[in-house]
Amino acid sequence: MPKITVNNKEIEFENGMTVLQACELAGAEIPRFCYHERLSIAGNCRMCLVEMEKSSKPIASCAMPATEGMKIKTNTEKVEKARKGVMEFLLANHPLDCPVCDQGGECDLQDQSLYYGFDKSRFKENKRKVKDKYMGPLIKTIMTRCIHCTRCVRFATEVAGVTEIGAIGRGENMEITTFLEKSMESELSANVIDLCPVGALTSKPYAFEARPWELKKTETIDVMDAVGSNIRVDTYGWEVKRVLPRLNEEINEEWISDKTRYACDGLLKQRIDKPFKRENGKLIECSWDEALNIVGSKIKETDKNQIGFHAGDMLSMETINSLKEFAKKLSIPNYEFREKPFYLNSDNKMNYIFNSSIKGIEESDCIVLIGTNPRHEATMLNARIRKAFVAKKIPIISFGDPGDLTYDYTNAGNSTEDIKKLLNKENESSKILLNSKKPIVIIGESALELESAKFILQGIKKLLKENNFINDNWNAFNVLLQNASSVGAIDLGFFEKDNSFNFFNKLKNNKFKILYFVGSDNLDFVKSNEFIIYQGSHGDRMAQIADVILPSPAYTEQNGLFINLEGRLQKSNKSTYPPGSSKEDWKIFNLILNNLKEDEKFKNFVELRTDTISKIKNHTDFDLLPKKTIQDLKFETVSFINEPIYVNEIDYYFSNSIARSSKTMSDCRAARSKKLNKITGS
Amino acid sequence: MSVKKVHDKQPDTFEFTKENLVLAENILNKYPKERKKSAVMPLLYLAQNQNDNWIPLAALKYIGKFLSMPYINVYEIATFYSMYNLSPVGKYFVQVCTTTPCLLRGANEIVKACQKKISKNENTISENGMCSWTEVECLGACVNAPMMQVNRDYYEDLSKNNIEKILDSFMQDDPIKPGSFRNRKSSAPENSKINGNGINNA
Repeated sequence: MPKITVNNKEIEFENGMTVLQACELAGAEIPRFCYHERLSIAGNCRMCLVEMEKSSKPIASCAMPATEGMKIKTNTEKVEKARKGVMEFLLANHPLDCPVCDQGGECDLQDQSLYYGFDKSRFKENKRKVKDKYMGPLIKTIMTRCIHCTRCVRFATEVAGVTEIGAIGRGENMEITTFLEKSMESELSANVIDLCPVGALTSKPYAFEARPWELKKTETIDVMDAVGSNIRVDTYGWEVKRVLPRLNEEINEEWISDKTRYACDGLLKQRIDKPFKRENGKLIECSWDEALNIVGSKIKETDKNQIGFHAGDMLSMETINSLKEFAKKLSIPNYEFREKPFYLNSDNKMNYIFNSSIKGIEESDCIVLIGTNPRHEATMLNARIRKAFVAKKIPIISFGDPGDLTYDYTNAGNSTEDIKKLLNKENESSKILLNSKKPIVIIGESALELESAKFILQGIKKLLKENNFINDNWNAFNVLLQNASSVGAIDLGFFEKDNSFNFFNKLKNNKFKILYFVGSDNLDFVKSNEFIIYQGSHGDRMAQIADVILPSPAYTEQNGLFINLEGRLQKSNKSTYPPGSSKEDWKIFNLILNNLKEDEKFKNFVELRTDTISKIKNHTDFDLLPKKTIQDLKFETVSFINEPIYVNEIDYYFSNSIARSSKTMSDCRAARSKKLNKITGS
Repeated sequence: MSVKKVHDKQPDTFEFTKENLVLAENILNKYPKERKKSAVMPLLYLAQNQNDNWIPLAALKYIGKFLSMPYINVYEIATFYSMYNLSPVGKYFVQVCTTTPCLLRGANEIVKACQKKISKNENTISENGMCSWTEVECLGACVNAPMMQVNRDYYEDLSKNNIEKILDSFMQDDPIKPGSFRNRKSSAPENSKINGNGINNA
């Protein structure tokens, strides 16, 4: 490996590194504004100047490739003077409004001017004033503070894949804006707020809410989709003030989707804080005892076959496990977690998880999407696909039409007939797939809803296995589930394994007498005479038609385990406490059991968690991928039905009860639909 | 100079005329297919020529679609370069050079005359709609300073004695002949006998 000398210390570095990276390896800290590890190099802030031997001028270390034998100094008087000079220029036009700036306390400019700057300004002229720009309901702009680092421009173009932010004008008059100040049409747009090293782009919903040092920070995970992005929840008292991404190279890198970040104001609104019962058609408050008595007596008097449980999209594994044990204790056979009847095969863990892993997408050289829109179903996963696409221009093929995915793909047909051709190696796509070395085939829920779902699942698996794309090092077979609770619920067996969809038939034909919804709001269901018990955190769709409502905490208010779509087990931590008299879900089940004079299965949370973990298939450890099981693959021949593949449209900003309660999300939705109406002219 | 303002009254649509479409295709042919974005600058200029010397937003979008590039990138380019006009200009667009050599030779007198004859402010069309003026950086004719460019012609060796007459001619839509106003031949010395004596390249 080549060697470089930084401050008289010789170190080895990897080819292709920049001087800045080599200096960091040597432990020398270099201030920077425009440079960011995950974005292309711009080299326009000049803050990273260092001294290089044989160069009369200081060099911008972020843009200079490190070479063998370079001698770099980062702690000389010359470097210090250069930094001070750059800092003075940057501050010449930067307003001194830190006391009213939301970035204050977590501002790169503030910190670096303290460490590397001049203590006073010699700039006597008037400062530049720039008009603020509209960038949508999430991003608040104070453009006078902008130092033109262009991180936001590069992020939008490179990572988000929507070239909508740009720098207009030139020199001192350069301004960052979107084309005609339209809102940015990306599910990742709010990441520019984290990227902005100054207070030019700040969070609109969080504006003037709190200072960073006043907040209690809890590291936890996100449940808006099945990706399981790592987040940090910042709370002030009871309120969740904001959600920020946490670095996890395996899952979300350092980005999160707008829904993850901004649905949190839904945690403050529409909350169920007390038990309710329905009397004369109206919901009225009642005590816990009253509510439990009603539930208990109803369950007692009803035939167990006519009681159904449905688990929602954001439930932790503990909740689902305790719910299942609860159902078992009462010998109630009807339970389900799916929101739509789609085919599931839980014989092998491989059949329902994303086996290639999210990080594995970067290694892939061909991606086939079958009936899935990863942009809306798993935003961070889509960002990874885009990353692979940008880096290597890999071919991406889609069966079914998912719309704009922020990268180019070929539509290989919209019917199952086309998939049959793929399996029989009769079309172009099969050639591309078979000629690749590390392909990834992603089957979405829309494809699993088809009648020929089994055919697709089995056929693809067989094709991949026969061509050695499923082996110890690489597994090209992937299923993309949409909800945070899905993989966990499958592991715990909280569904009908025979794929006969009895639950859904009974639901549709109103055959149930009691329906017990736990955090479940997305079911397509029309009530007739059922007695509905809703247990959850938000007064959303199901709470409106419920006969008894039992308040339970939201995902930020209780500890829980979640398995993401890759099968990775992660801990979600309690960051705040639930409002009113909410009780944790497993405790509610215990209370009902007590009411029915039955023994409770779990005495405390530790017991529940231990039991839950013991039921996880192929369990390894927290934050790790599950054990691989590729030996005992079974193939069945399945009959084929020709039918069209539709990719279900998801109401992205309104996909769960928390998002539906959030004002920010409804603003986003309104902004997006306004734009859509304009395009279609309606 | 601040960021160029986009005009508030914009035409709804823009399309190249048939002749310009041919020219545009010819421009495109100069660049490799996968690098057709490179044609954005000549196309913007073409659009400006077609549309009374200014580029409407519709044209930015049109060119963006024409070259399959994001609108914002076309917009960035159009705002970066000073020779693209994003608001209407007069039929005679007067660009007065005010860079050092011209300024030393009295460019501010020319500016004052423009303010008096055309409009008080830069980039404002005169009341009769004939002219607008703006200050620009060096136009590369320092030897004939002070000078100005009107549409595609250079008017050189100006002074406060003749500038008002020249500007009047534009205002009356009867443009005076361009060139040196001290009877110099190109940038040859004044009272040069080059041609009179038959000595070339002296």
